[in-house]
Amino acid sequence: MESTEFLVRSAVILAVFGITLLIATYSTYAERKIAAFIQDRVGPNRAGPMGLLQPLADAVKLFFKEEFVPANANKFLFIAGPSLAMLTACMASAVIPFGNTILIDGQYINVQAIEVNIGILYIFGVVALGVYGIMIGGWASNNKFSLLGAIRAASQNISYELAMGMSIIALLLVSSSLSLRVIAQQQGETLFGISGMNWNIFYQPLGFLIFIICAFAETNRVPFDLPECETELIGGYHTEYSSMGMGLYLFAEYVNIFVASAVMATLYFGGYNFPFMYDLGLPHNLVTLIGTGVLFIKILMFIFFFMWVRWTLPRFRYDQLMNLGWKVLIPLSIANVIITAAVILISEQGLPW
Amino acid sequence: MTGNIFYFLAFLTLFAAIGVVASKNPVYSVLFMILTFFALTGQYILLNAQFVAAVNFIVYMGAIMVLFLFVIMFLNMREDTEQHKPLMSKIAAAISGGILLVIMVAALKDVDAGGYNAENFNSQIGLVEHLGQVLFRDYLLPFELASVLFLAAMAGAVMLGKREPGEQNRF
Repeated sequence: MESTEFLVRSAVILAVFGITLLIATYSTYAERKIAAFIQDRVGPNRAGPMGLLQPLADAVKLFFKEEFVPANANKFLFIAGPSLAMLTACMASAVIPFGNTILIDGQYINVQAIEVNIGILYIFGVVALGVYGIMIGGWASNNKFSLLGAIRAASQNISYELAMGMSIIALLLVSSSLSLRVIAQQQGETLFGISGMNWNIFYQPLGFLIFIICAFAETNRVPFDLPECETELIGGYHTEYSSMGMGLYLFAEYVNIFVASAVMATLYFGGYNFPFMYDLGLPHNLVTLIGTGVLFIKILMFIFFFMWVRWTLPRFRYDQLMNLGWKVLIPLSIANVIITAAVILISEQGLPW
Repeated sequence: MTGNIFYFLAFLTLFAAIGVVASKNPVYSVLFMILTFFALTGQYILLNAQFVAAVNFIVYMGAIMVLFLFVIMFLNMREDTEQHKPLMSKIAAAISGGILLVIMVAALKDVDAGGYNAENFNSQIGLVEHLGQVLFRDYLLPFELASVLFLAAMAGAVMLGKREPGEQNRF
């Protein structure tokens, strides 16, 4: 019994890690294909059928390039920066429930790497940590443009973390649990007579809107990619990086997108639940399997949305970014918290008069 | 097992804390301080105080130390440009630091850390449900007063940061 659970859990951990990296790898390919589609081009089509081997070719190219360290750079921190960015990006997917439970020998085993009862706070903390990779790398390059990029990244992340935290607080008021698994399970209940449709997006539409805007800012994606704004800062924090240092920064961005998409799908779009999941009369393991597939479809849709926005919208100006964060999103999210709390209080205890 | 982790984390905490004081470069000091907080977070997890661990992680490591690093990077302090302090202020700093150490040792010498009863000890006491109940039921007034203090500090920061009428950007 013990060994089955151990084996399944190890398999889940390895699979989560592998799938995270695989999806991040193919996000680079998808990004270029989608960009090509939106701009009416062909996109990568040379390496392999339909250019499917392009990510491998890119990786080989990056590995074989010269790892150049500028003379005045701080050598240790210059290498620590991209490593830290990659490390923090890969840490976050550990607590995301990628599926319901598997039934083996009458024993239910979670399809999740680790279950902690503060899952959402863990993700929030790891995301907050992600900015260090950019800051350290930008500072260690000993270059004005890199430093400005690093400082922009830091101020942007701190500003948008506040609104993100507030939108999560409103969600936690609804779900009254910090565990991602419990939040996902609650969304499998019945709504409008359809099982597996009790998604939080129906209760927190404004919270979701704030969350997704903040997720764009936290992952440094267009329209919030001011830290690497090439019209003003050459390349931003990774100006001095070449070879795999650069590769790790770019790769960490895609891992972050995957994690942000998974978190949004889990928190607001029902996680592994899908409509009519308990009405079909299928065996438990099959429902879990379909649920995991559905979750990945949701995640891929969010990743597509990230890319769609990138090739559609222009970049903000820096003061517009700060105004949006502090003067629009934070008041909105505070109002969202207060309204949510008031509605919950009234629905539980009735009107005060 | 847990004991070994504790000793490792304690070593890491002390090593990083000494690094904060001993590093010449202020950026290294901040990075060592982040490592100190990281090790402390590990200690909280060992105590099964998950919520405190998460808050320490998010607030100290994720927000406050980013601001520290931010300011120090902006100032761009370097070893060669740093001015040497006069001898008198070094001596004064050493004396006041030493006095603080003496006071701390004297205060903690006879302290009774208060053991716990292994039989009726609730291992779930550090989890967020218990913490919330204690904060909002038994210590509601101090908690609310602390929030007023935060509000006052925030208003003060906004007042200090506000641009005076007619003042130009200095950068």
